[in-house]
Amino acid sequence: MKLFDVQKILEAEVLCGDDLLHKDVHNWFACDLINEMLLYVTPDTLLLTSLTNIHIVHTAQVMDAIGVVFVGGKRPAESVITNSKLYNIPLLTTKHLTFECCGRLFLNNLHDPTVVKDATNAYR
Amino acid sequence: MPTDNLQFTPHIKLEFKINEKDFFVAGESASRVKKTLQQLGLHQDIIKKVAIIIYEAAMNVAIHGNHGMLRIYIDPESILVETDDEGDGIPDIELAMQEGYSTATHEIREMGFGAGMGLFNIDQCSDELHIDSKVGTGTKLQAKVYLRKKDSISDP
Ligand SMILES: Nc1ncnc2c1ncn2[C@@H]1O[C@H](COP(=O)(O)OP(=O)(O)OP(=O)(O)O)[C@@H](O)[C@H]1O
Ligand SMILES: [Mg+2]
Repeated sequence: MKLFDVQKILEAEVLCGDDLLHKDVHNWFACDLINEMLLYVTPDTLLLTSLTNIHIVHTAQVMDAIGVVFVGGKRPAESVITNSKLYNIPLLTTKHLTFECCGRLFLNNLHDPTVVKDATNAYR
Repeated sequence: MPTDNLQFTPHIKLEFKINEKDFFVAGESASRVKKTLQQLGLHQDIIKKVAIIIYEAAMNVAIHGNHGMLRIYIDPESILVETDDEGDGIPDIELAMQEGYSTATHEIREMGFGAGMGLFNIDQCSDELHIDSKVGTGTKLQAKVYLRKKDSISDP
């Protein structure tokens, strides 16, 4: 599944990175805790979150996430979008809440068995 | 294994200053170091562990430690992440290490931090961890990640 499929499925608006929507999403992770993202996000994961501060962009960059979807109609400040452009991380926003987004993506077969499910295996 | 080349890895020291409430340096230093480690051809699992340690440790200095320094030492055997701060110190390190223990404010929590997972994550990601803290003086954290499995088994 590609980012523009995600955009369609979630009826999302693209805030930046429209030239990167052809990229393949390998995993997805929905969460509002930075520590958990650090643990579970593998390269090319799409993040779903309601956090809109700059840390989300830093985390996405550090963990090689493929993009970020802000749920519940949340929008980051302009400075966050500017930073994200620098890092080439697409940002999207959707009016749907986390559960709805996950349900839609799951039904559309984005579920990937390689997502780390067991916290004890996350580190090693 | 890319780690086979490590005898050729130069000794490198990277240094970052962390000012109070400087929440940017954690992400920036983690990505800078990550790039360096990628250029050295290190395994991505090692890079991920080091990035997590840097991010969490630098965030702790910015949030709890007033201000301080972040240093990363890369040598052929290991990577050492060290923070040194002049904050209030940690009165009970064992308690602070526990998953879920946090003294973070509501403001910090709203930013997506303060779950009390930082030190626990650092511990999980490192092969050696030393925390030295004096109440009223500051905290020094040293977390080491081995690049090669040690010949002798030092783990209990
Ligand atoms: N450098 C430091 N100086 C003083 N106190 C610290 C320092 N690092 C950690 N602590 C204390 O230890 C507690 C636990 O730290 P830990 O990193 O595990 O969680 P946190 O920073 O509160 O939240 P999180 O890391 O999940 O965002 C902190 O809430 C704080 O009280
Ligand atoms: Mg912390």
